[in-house]
Amino acid sequence: MENIIRKQLVIIGGGPAGLAAGIAAREAGVEDLVILEREHEAGGILRQCIHNGFGLHRYGEELTGPEYAARDIARAQELGLDIRCDTTVLSVDGDRRVTCVSRAEGLQIFEAGAVILAMGCRERPRGALGTPGTRCAGIYTAGAAQKFVNLEGLMPGRRCVILGSGDIGLIMARRMTLQGAKVLACVELMPYSSGLNRNIVQCLQDYDIPLYLSHTVIDIQGRERLEGVTVAQVDERRRPIPGTEIEFDCDTLLLSVGLIPENELSLRAGVALSPATAGAVVDDALQTSVPGVFACGNVLHVHDLVDFVSDESFRAGRAAAAFLRGEHPQGETVAVLDGEGVRGVVPQRVHPGQDLTLMFRPAGVYKNASVVVEADGVEIARKRALVFTPGEMVALDLPAAKWANVHGDLTVRMEAK
Amino acid sequence: MMDRETDILIIGAGVVGCALARVLSRFETRVLVIDRADDVSEGASKANSGIVHAGFDAKPGTDKARLNVLGARRYPALCKELGVPYKQIGALVVAFREEDRPVLEQLKAQGEANGVPRLRIVEHDELMQMEPQLNPSAVAALEAPTSGIVSPYELVFALADHAAINGVEFQFGTEAQTIVREDTGYRVETSRGVIRAHSVVNCAGVDSGRLHSQVSPRPCRIIPRRGEYYVLDHPAEAPFSRTIFQCPTKMGKGVLVSPTVHGNVLLGPTAMDIEDGLDTATTAGGLAECLQKSALTWPKVSTRTAVTNFAGIRAHEEHGDFLVGEAAPLFYEAAGFESPGLTSAPALAEELGRDMAEDLNLRQKETWLPAPEHEKPFNEMNDAERTEAIAGNPLHGQLICRCEVVTEAEIRAAIRRPVGARTVDGVKRRCRAGMGRCQGGFCAPRVVEILAEELGVPMTEIRKGSGASDMLVGEI
Repeated sequence: MENIIRKQLVIIGGGPAGLAAGIAAREAGVEDLVILEREHEAGGILRQCIHNGFGLHRYGEELTGPEYAARDIARAQELGLDIRCDTTVLSVDGDRRVTCVSRAEGLQIFEAGAVILAMGCRERPRGALGTPGTRCAGIYTAGAAQKFVNLEGLMPGRRCVILGSGDIGLIMARRMTLQGAKVLACVELMPYSSGLNRNIVQCLQDYDIPLYLSHTVIDIQGRERLEGVTVAQVDERRRPIPGTEIEFDCDTLLLSVGLIPENELSLRAGVALSPATAGAVVDDALQTSVPGVFACGNVLHVHDLVDFVSDESFRAGRAAAAFLRGEHPQGETVAVLDGEGVRGVVPQRVHPGQDLTLMFRPAGVYKNASVVVEADGVEIARKRALVFTPGEMVALDLPAAKWANVHGDLTVRMEAK
Repeated sequence: MMDRETDILIIGAGVVGCALARVLSRFETRVLVIDRADDVSEGASKANSGIVHAGFDAKPGTDKARLNVLGARRYPALCKELGVPYKQIGALVVAFREEDRPVLEQLKAQGEANGVPRLRIVEHDELMQMEPQLNPSAVAALEAPTSGIVSPYELVFALADHAAINGVEFQFGTEAQTIVREDTGYRVETSRGVIRAHSVVNCAGVDSGRLHSQVSPRPCRIIPRRGEYYVLDHPAEAPFSRTIFQCPTKMGKGVLVSPTVHGNVLLGPTAMDIEDGLDTATTAGGLAECLQKSALTWPKVSTRTAVTNFAGIRAHEEHGDFLVGEAAPLFYEAAGFESPGLTSAPALAEELGRDMAEDLNLRQKETWLPAPEHEKPFNEMNDAERTEAIAGNPLHGQLICRCEVVTEAEIRAAIRRPVGARTVDGVKRRCRAGMGRCQGGFCAPRVVEILAEELGVPMTEIRKGSGASDMLVGEI
C-alpha cells in the first residue's frame, strides 16, 4: 500500500528559494514538478519579515517580506505550480526518493528525476553557544520572537538584551522598540557586526540602542522568568575579561548568533557538505555531490539578501531542467579554493571558461582591500572595495573571457593594501 | 485555600515518590502526591545521567548496594511494562593510569560481593577494539554488561500516569513547609493550605533533610551537590556504544561519556557541593571542567554539536547512604537519593510500599489497571507504521518538531496523558518536541498554541516550566 508517485522534479521548501527554483524550472519546460512546504503557506521566513528592504536589487524598489514573497507566489500560481503546504519531508535518499507526510495525503514517496534542496536555514540556539546560567523562560532566538510578534501578535518580553548582531537580531531590536519594549543593548562577541551596515544604522543607531562590540553574555539569571544577564568584554581570543562585567536587568534575551543551513535531509541523502558553509558542495550548475540533486538559497550558504537567494535559485531551477533534458555539463572541472582571508566560496567545483559568479564571506574586516582570483598562480580577476566585512557576502563575477585557458584550480584570496 | 485530607501523603513527585505512589496504588487507600514544582520529575529525577547502574559502586552491606542491585534487575521488565525507553548497553570504568588498576579490582570485588553478574577486567587492546574512540592511554577497564541507560523523566511520567489511573492524586505547586504530629497522623502546612494525612512519606530530594528534622530527633543533613552536563546532538555514528566512566573519586563516579536512549551523547556530571538546593544554573567553570574531563575519555570531544547544557542537584546525605524507612511513627522516608537513586527507586518503592502496607494494614484492590498503552514514537516508526498512524489520526501527518520528528498528535497526546503536560517543558520532556538541535526555535510558538488550545487558556498564560515562567508577557 505504498503511496509512490513519480515526478520529474521535487523541490523541498516553498520559501523564496523553492519558489524561484520552481518558477525557473517551469519556465524552462519542466511540467511535472511539485514544491513541498511544511508550513501552512508558502513564502518561508519572509512571511514573518514584515519590515521593508527586500527586493532592491531584483525589483529596484523596497518591499516587505510578505510583499516580496507574494510576487513569487503570484507568478507560481500563474504558472500553475503544484505547491503542497503542511507537508513535511522526512527523508531524501541518494536515488532521489523523497518521503513526506501530510494530514491530507498521509505518507507519500516521490520518485524524482531531479531534486532541489531549498530548505533554508535555522538559528543557532543558546545550547550551541554554551552560555552558562539558568534555563528560565524569556530566552528566544530572534526569529522565534519575530514569529510571536509578527505572526501571532504576542509580546515575548518588555526589557530586552540582544546577543549577537545578526540581521534578524537587529531587525528585532527595532521591532521590539516600536512595540513599546525597551531594548537595553545589542551585544556582539566579534569586534565587528555580522549584520548589514544599513541595519546597524536603521535599527540600532536610530533608536539609541547601544552596540557593545567584543562583548558577550557570560551569565543568565532568573529561576522562572529571566531576571538579568551579565555581559563582559572579551579579549582577542574571545575570553571574558574579569572586571568588565555589566549587569543588565532584563526579562528577555534574544539570540541572533548565527544561521545554520538545514542540511539534515541532505546528509541522509549522502550529499557532501562544506565545513566552511555548512551547505552542500556544489558545481557551477549548483548540483551537489549526488547526481540530480541541486541546492540553492540559505540551505546552500547563508545569504544576506533574498534578492541573491532568488537569483541563485532561478539558476538552480534552470540547471535542474537542463539535467532532466539530459544536458549535463561537459568536461573536466577544477576546484575553487578558499585562500587567505576567504571563507566558503560557492560553487566549489567549476567547468572552466564560462561566465561565473563566485560568492563568499571574508574571514575578517578588510579595509581598502582587494579580492584576487588566481589560477595556476596567475591573477585572473580582482575586485577592489573600501571595505569587506564578514557581514556582507561578496559576489565576484568572473567573465568567461578571463579564464578561457585555465586548467588548474582557482584560489580566491583577500589582499590587504 | 481549602484544607485537604488523605490517608498517605507523599511529598515529592520525583522518581521515588512516583514509584512509591504506583506501588501504593495497588491498595485500598487514598494517596496524594504533592510537589513544589508544577510537574512531576522536576528535581534531580529530570537532571541526571540516566544510567541504570549495575551496582559495583556502593559498599557491600549498605542500603545503597542492596537497592541498587535489586533495582537494576527490575529495570528491564518495569520499563517494558511502562513503555519507557531503556537499553542495557553495558558500561566500562576505565583506568587511564597504571596506578588506578587496583581501583578496578576493588570495584570488581565490591560488585561481586553485591551480586553484580558478569563483571570482568578488560585489557587495553580489547578495550580499544570495543570502543575505538576511547583515549588510547586507557590501561584497562572494568566491564559491567548489565549497566543500562534510561530516559529518567519518561520513567517518572509513566510511573505517575500508572499511579494516577489507579486513583493516586497529584497536587502541584505545593511546597511542604511544616510538618506537625497530631493524634491521628500529621498536619502538613503547605504553600497551598493544610493537608492532613494519616501517614507521610518524605521523598523531597534536596528538601528531605529539612522535613526529616521537623519530626525526627535523629540528625539528617542533606547536602545539595550540583552536577553540570553537556548534551550533544545525535551523531550519525555514536562515538561510544557503552557508558564510559572514569575511576570514581570521593565526590562520586566522576565525569562520564554516554549515549542516551534517544541517541544523543551526554557528557558529565561535575560535582560541587552548594548551599542552595534549587540553584541549577550552569557555570562557566563547571562546563569547562565537564568538557575538559570528558576529553580524558574521549580525546575528540567537541561542543560543536552541543544542543544544550544543564545542571542537576543530587541530594547527598552527609554519610553517603540512603535514608530509608520509618523515621518517626507513620513518617516514612526515602532521603539522600543521590546516585544510584534512579536505579534503586523501583526496588525501594517495592520494599517500602510492602512495609507500609503491612504497617497500615492496607488491603489489596480487587482490580489494579495495567499501565496505559504507549504509542510508539512517530520518529521510530517505519513507513508502513507511519501510514497507518496517519490513517488512524491525521494529526500524525502534521509535523511540529522537525529536529526530533514529533507530530501534532503526539503533542496533544502528551498534554492529554493522565498526568499530562501543562507547560512547554512538560511537552518537551514527554514527547521530545523542542529537544533537538534548534531547541524549539521553530516549534515553540506552535507548541504554545497547542497547549493553549488543549488547556483552554490564552497563549499568554502558557509557561515554560514551573512558577512564573511565562513564555509571553502580553499581546502587542
